[in-house]
Parts: sequence; structure tokens; C-alpha cells
Amino acid sequence: MKNRIHPALIVITVLTFLFLLGPLVVIIGSALSDTSYLTFPPQGLTLHWFTNIFEVSAFTRTMGTSFMLAIGGTTVSMLIGIPAAYALARYRVELPAFLGNVFVLPILIPEIVLGFSLMKSLASGFGLPIIVALLIGHALIVLPYTVRVVGASLNSFDFSIEEAAVSLGCTRIKAFFVVVLPNIRAGIIAGFILAFITSLNDVSISIFLTGPGVSTLPIQLLAHMEQFFDPTIASASVLLMGVTVAVMAVVERTLGLTFLTK
Amino acid sequence: MSNQLRAWLIATPATLLVTIFLVLPVLATFATTFGDPEGPFATYSAFFNSRFRTTVLWRTMEVALVTTMISVAIGFVTAWVVARTPSRLKSLLIIAAVFPLLTGVVVRSFAWLVILGKNGVLNSFLLSIGVISEPLSMLYTQGSVIVAMVYLFVPLMILTLVGVLEGIPQDLTDAAASLGAPPAAAFRQVVLPMAVPGLIVGSVLVFTGSFTSYATPQLLGGERQMMMGTFLYQRAMVTFDWVGASTIAAVMVVVTLATVLTMSRVARKLNPMAG
Repeated sequence: MKNRIHPALIVITVLTFLFLLGPLVVIIGSALSDTSYLTFPPQGLTLHWFTNIFEVSAFTRTMGTSFMLAIGGTTVSMLIGIPAAYALARYRVELPAFLGNVFVLPILIPEIVLGFSLMKSLASGFGLPIIVALLIGHALIVLPYTVRVVGASLNSFDFSIEEAAVSLGCTRIKAFFVVVLPNIRAGIIAGFILAFITSLNDVSISIFLTGPGVSTLPIQLLAHMEQFFDPTIASASVLLMGVTVAVMAVVERTLGLTFLTK
Repeated sequence: MSNQLRAWLIATPATLLVTIFLVLPVLATFATTFGDPEGPFATYSAFFNSRFRTTVLWRTMEVALVTTMISVAIGFVTAWVVARTPSRLKSLLIIAAVFPLLTGVVVRSFAWLVILGKNGVLNSFLLSIGVISEPLSMLYTQGSVIVAMVYLFVPLMILTLVGVLEGIPQDLTDAAASLGAPPAAAFRQVVLPMAVPGLIVGSVLVFTGSFTSYATPQLLGGERQMMMGTFLYQRAMVTFDWVGASTIAAVMVVVTLATVLTMSRVARKLNPMAG
């Protein structure tokens, strides 16, 4: 009688996973179709639409911008988020309790509201160049991921090791780099990856901050979908899925995927 | 240097980023809504007196609520089965749930555009087996938006609930059964109360996520099924009515925060152990 699961529940579960994976199969199939319109199952197989992505300058340009933003925004949020997470974990008594919540605000406030508000004050108020505004926006929305995930590994770090290094004559800065950082490596990798993916796929912030000449891949795809309906969009989508697969492989190798359910 | 000063210095860059680029701009957005010459709340009474605007608000609430309920139903069953699957298959299933979650919103909504379109996968299939004789128009309906939203958020619900359900030891349900509880009673009295915190977290994530979504209603709902997110964008970037857009933004923030605060209070009440 142990582990007996009602067959009806298993049927529902199988259907759920078909529902989750089916649409992705449809995209892959229609990206390979040898027709000038989107169709599934594919009729004839071709990789033409994949090469076509690189011939449309709007796609290559925005792809470059997206990767640059994802790396840049994530790096900025790491550079300021790791110290913030460290301060929260190390100086729990000295810092007010609400500070931890401040860093979660970018997920709590609806992203589209944040995008609109940033656009109003940045682009029109400060007159910042579009790319800088985008970089700030992306660093901001991924900050909660870096602070939370790095914070989780700092919470299981024993700070007395750091104190030991300091009392043996190590400077505080050096102790941080030599003792603390290597011990929270897993959290930093996980935080970086979550932040990178979030930034790469972002729509709600970018839609307000992109402007003439500067756009990101998801925004370009969105605009393209509303006008054209050829398999290039499907192949670009498959390319983005490929990035996700690569990232998941990295997560699996370094941490194991089950950490995502914790 | 005192510890207090050092702590603040280290946390300052991140605090500044959030204050300058989130707190102040969002407060500025709120401030514009109270600047109407006809009185501080004029923009809000205009919002709630406009049939069109309140329709958008209720439609968004309805879509978010239905999406949440369907996601809870599907997600709970699936998570229950996944949590009780042997570990090798389990990690495969978790990968299958995480993968769509890490795929972008645009890509996932686009898939439904291909499936539900007039010449789409579903119509071709139904035509070929002779169930319908003319293609159905399924896009740009509330149904198409809800299907795509459920697709977007079910993985999130599954992952949230798997973590919680895994924590319920099999021994507990076995104990209930050995004491004579029929499966339904064991489920209701043992499993469900322990799963409530996870259900609340999952529901809040799904409700606020679908209430504030932009790309999905934009692609699958269009002008006809305008929701708060698409409405805000349209007011801000198409008609350049920034005060109107700010009012929509404020309503969205209030609904989101009210949901989060109420549900965390409910969660605390149902689970006094959590403090």
C-alpha cells in the first residue's frame, strides 16, 4: 500500500507534462519547416530559417544588445548585490530589519509599473542615453535574485572562519576575497544564472526603455510577431531555448537542478 | 570604524540603486495622480467612473483569478505525483517543469499564437479529423489569454508545491490510513493543512504575475481583451496620457500589495507555527 498513487492522478500528470512540453515541440517543429509560413507538423525540413536570423540585421543587432545587457546588468547587480547580501547576513544586529525587504522591492512592484516610472524619470527627466537606462533597469530587476540567492548561501556560512582569518592578521578585504567568496561560490553561480536568464527574457522593463535604434531581442520578436508570421521568429525562439538548455546544463553540473525546488 | 558604519557602507550601493531608480520614480508616478486641478482624487474618480476602465480592471482580475484556480488544481495534482515519484524519474520531471519556466514569456506566448491561430495547429487538426468544417477563431478571446497564462504559471505552481509536498512524510498518511481514515479524509485532514502555506505562496505568485502581465495579453488578447498591463502601456506610449497611465499604475500597485499583505496574514493565521 506504500506509494500507491491513484491512476487518475497519473493520467492528469502525464497530460500536464504534455501541455508543458507540447508547445515547445510545436515551436521547434515549425522552425524547421520548409515553408514560408508557420506550420506544424513541418513540411520538409530546412535550417534556412536559422541562417535567416543572422541575415536580418534587426535580429543580430538586438541579439547583441540583449546579451550585452544580460551580462552587464547581471554584473552590476552582482557587484553591488553580493556586498549587500554580505552586509545583511554578517551585520544582522547593526542593520534595520526592513533593509532586506528593500532589495526585494523590484519583484514586489509590478515590473510594468517600474518600467513606466523609470522611463518617465530616466529618459525624460535625466536625459540618459537609452542603453544606460536599459542597463540600470536590468540591473535593478535582477538585484532581488542576486541578493536572495547569494544571501541564502551566506546564511549557511560560518562567519567565525572569517574572524579567525582576521585575528591571524589578514585584512578584512583580503579575508572577504580569500575566505568568504570561495565558500559562497555555488550561490554566486546560481544567482548569476537566474539573473542572466531573467534579464535576457525581460519584456516589461525593456518595452518602455527601448527606443529608436536600440532594442532587445524579446522586444524585437514581439514587434515582429505582430506584423509578420514567418518561421524566422520560431527559429529565433528555438535559439533562445538553446541558451536556456545551455544554462540548465551548467546549473545541473554545478549545483544539481533540485535546488530550484528549495 | 564601527560595525554599524561598516555595515551601512557595504550595503549603500545597492540601497542607493533601489532608492534612486525604484522608490523615487514610483513615488513620482503616484504623485502625478494627485496633481489634478479638480482635486487630489479626481483621476481616481475618473478611473472608477469610466465604464471602459473598470471593465479592463475587472477583466484583469477575472483572468488572474481563473488562471490561479486552474493552476492550483493542475499544479497540486502534478506536484503530488512528482513528489511521490522515485528520485531518478523525479529529477527528469523537475527538469521538464523548469525548462518552460526558464524560457522567455515572448517565446511561450508565441507558441500559443501558432497553436490557436486561424491556420494554426489546433484548427488544422480539428479540420482534418472532421470535428469542425470551418476554422474556429480562438485567438483574441479571454479563453486564449487564460490558456497561455496557465501555461506560463503552472510550472511555478508545480515547483513551489513539490518543495512543500516533499516535506510531508509518507508515514503521516500511512498512520492516518492505519488508524482507519479513508484516503479522502487523510488527504483533507493531514495533507491539505500542511500544504496550505505552499498553496498560498504559489497562488500569490500566480495571481500577481498574471494580474501584471504584459506580453501575453498583448499577443493573445490584443485590443479586444485589453488588460491592466497592456492598458498602461497603451496609455503611456500610444496616447501619451501619462497621468492616466500613472493612475493605472497606482491601481496595479495597490491590488498587488493588498493581495500579498492579505495572503501573508492569512498564511500566518492558518499556520501559527510560522510566527
